[in-house]
Amino acid sequence: MWGCGGLSRAARALVAPRGRSSGAGPPGRRLWAAAGDHYGQAFQRGPGGFSENYRWKMQLTSNSTRFVCLTEMKSSIDTLLNMSSDHQLGSPLSGVKILDVGCGGGLLSEPLGRLGASVTGIDPLEDNIRTAEQHKSFDPVLAKRIQYKPCSLEDIVEEATETFDVIVASEVVEHVADLETFIKYCYQVLKPEGSLFITTINKTQLSYILGIVVAERIMGIVPEGTHDWEKFISPEELECLLDSNGFLVKTVNGMSYNPLSGSWSWTESTSINYAVHAVKSRVKEQSSSREPPSETDKEEHLAEASASTTV
Amino acid sequence: MAVWVSAGGCGLLSPIRGRLRAAVLAWRVPVRAAGTGLVYDVVVSGGGMVGSAMAAALGHDVHFREKKILLLEAGPRKVSDSLPESYSNRVSSISPGSATLLSSFGAWDHVCSLRFKPFRRMQVWDACSEAMIIFDKNNLEDMGYVVENDVIMSALTKQLDAVSDRVEVLYRSRAVGYTWPLTCHLSDTSPWVKIDLADGRRLETKLLIGADGQNSMVRKAAGIQNIHYQYDQSAVVATLHLSEATDNNVAWQRFLPSGPIALLPLSDTASSLVWSTSHEHASELLSMDEESFVDTINSAFWSNLHHSDFIDTAGSVFRSAISLLMPSGTATRQLPPSIATVEPKSRAVFPLGMGHATEYVRHRMALIGDAAHRVHPLAGQGVNMGFGDIACLTHHLSTAAFNGKDLGSIKHLLQFETERQRHNLSLMAAIDLLKRLYSTSVAPFVLLRTWGLQTTHALSPVKEQIMSFASK
Repeated sequence: MWGCGGLSRAARALVAPRGRSSGAGPPGRRLWAAAGDHYGQAFQRGPGGFSENYRWKMQLTSNSTRFVCLTEMKSSIDTLLNMSSDHQLGSPLSGVKILDVGCGGGLLSEPLGRLGASVTGIDPLEDNIRTAEQHKSFDPVLAKRIQYKPCSLEDIVEEATETFDVIVASEVVEHVADLETFIKYCYQVLKPEGSLFITTINKTQLSYILGIVVAERIMGIVPEGTHDWEKFISPEELECLLDSNGFLVKTVNGMSYNPLSGSWSWTESTSINYAVHAVKSRVKEQSSSREPPSETDKEEHLAEASASTTV
Repeated sequence: MAVWVSAGGCGLLSPIRGRLRAAVLAWRVPVRAAGTGLVYDVVVSGGGMVGSAMAAALGHDVHFREKKILLLEAGPRKVSDSLPESYSNRVSSISPGSATLLSSFGAWDHVCSLRFKPFRRMQVWDACSEAMIIFDKNNLEDMGYVVENDVIMSALTKQLDAVSDRVEVLYRSRAVGYTWPLTCHLSDTSPWVKIDLADGRRLETKLLIGADGQNSMVRKAAGIQNIHYQYDQSAVVATLHLSEATDNNVAWQRFLPSGPIALLPLSDTASSLVWSTSHEHASELLSMDEESFVDTINSAFWSNLHHSDFIDTAGSVFRSAISLLMPSGTATRQLPPSIATVEPKSRAVFPLGMGHATEYVRHRMALIGDAAHRVHPLAGQGVNMGFGDIACLTHHLSTAAFNGKDLGSIKHLLQFETERQRHNLSLMAAIDLLKRLYSTSVAPFVLLRTWGLQTTHALSPVKEQIMSFASK
């Protein structure tokens, strides 16, 4: 019975519609557009519905959501949870303001909203925002908690300085042309001691084979042209960039995807997908005085995160 | 057994066939639909023991604190602070696993404060031979509890009242139609399940749980195929008074060729009867006077009418062989307490059948309890399977809520279906097999089951496995 479920899901993956990429704009923008279309289409066409057809994406977001919650609760940002007077177990993120960068059709914003957060989702593609708006409009609870804006991060950086408790950039940094500027913008919009969660793909041979050759060309789980291997970034590089822009990297976790069961789980190896949690320090640190995250801290997070693995 | 292969096969293959169909099954009755704008997170259709327990379990779950749950029940509210003196004739044998579920949301405490009887031992024996099997956990733990259905309902209603801020209960509300959403979400249609009530109201929900019994309307509306057949048997129930007070903590069941007769302890002086027999015999039992009824019961348990010398000899030879190999593997058969009188007006009869839904779940819909499966009462498993469904579904929904997922998403519903079908189908196959095996008095089968029963009785590991499977 496990086999049948897994096979039917794998079969659906193989017949997933391919993405189309829009032609205009600079290369970074085009890739962004391709990725965006891929998200947007999830809502518009799939026979299995938006979560069924792109279940691998959904699984990634579920894990990200759990990651957000777990490290939120375990880290020193417990104060955030205690902020609102009606903090209940049913909505652990109530009172937390989250910015979902590159929200696509709202795949990650919705679960975060269900857990009580006030989410602002931004995406440069209007189509995606429209789909996301439509999708949330039927749920009265989500309609109140989530706001979508068709813009990019640079458009809101002026008016949204130090507004958000958390920024989530899931599967975004591998599509961004200028990563350092992106991180600087994130720094500006975050409140002091706010959290930045990034999930992205490592730049290794393995990620080329599995992430591009297998996922895009062979199995077609991801539309072709979505990812450019040159834009992948290793966790060490990302950590460096974050450190030199005022962030303190707290955790780096690897993730692995099982195509048969359709689920993600935490793993030690960051060779393909990985997630990073960084906190905005009060003072911009010099790269020489960088304090490496403590080993025990990392291990504790890894152990706790891997305790709630497959979703 | 061919039925079982196809039932199992349908259960395995239908997820592939069923889910890929983007069919809309609507069963609309032209009523004035008044929308409330309120979307429930979960609606449980059917307020029996299983439906009420489902609503209560979700209502008490920590991850459902911010959710809105609705329980729809066609009948009136049933709760009583004081119990009637006499026992009700509808009782259930509650397994330890079900008791754990009920105590997880505080209902078991109410049951304990009202009325229940634990039993420590089960003796099951054949009418056609001396073979018997005794289940007990070395007299250290309770094997199960005999509880009146009214007591369970009362306890559940109290626990539902305790979470009335999250769980709304609509009594005297009957659903007359269901509209299913498309599995692929089109822009301007609501993605929720719509329920039309008899009074004209229309509700919307993210997940509909069908707990509306063996003739489930939710199952029919979803077009789920139900494999079912009627046994040629009806069950007669009654409340009986024993001749003398005794330490009544044993459950007795004897397999007669016409069907099993069982005595479940209610107190030291009373027991509940469940006698599955042919339709004609059942109506006879119902219409005979009380004295004859009591005599018939006593002789059903005590007489050796159906024994034949051949079987007896074969059985005792086998038994001696076993006692040589395993000295502790045999035991003497005890006789159940004799019955003195029957509680007036407590006799009732209801037909028996078997049923199993090929699919337990669809997009935004799940079936639990008798809506999904219906069994013969000979193993006392009916409501326990339903409670097992609840424990499993609550676990999956709780995890989904914890992760902020859409509750109606088929992914975790399929996990529930796989887990439960695996358990339920094996149990139902075993029960059906036992029923068929014990419905005959033809010598080869009697011999087979005699030796089988004696062997199983001698092998403690096997018995332990059976007990643990049945107490889940």
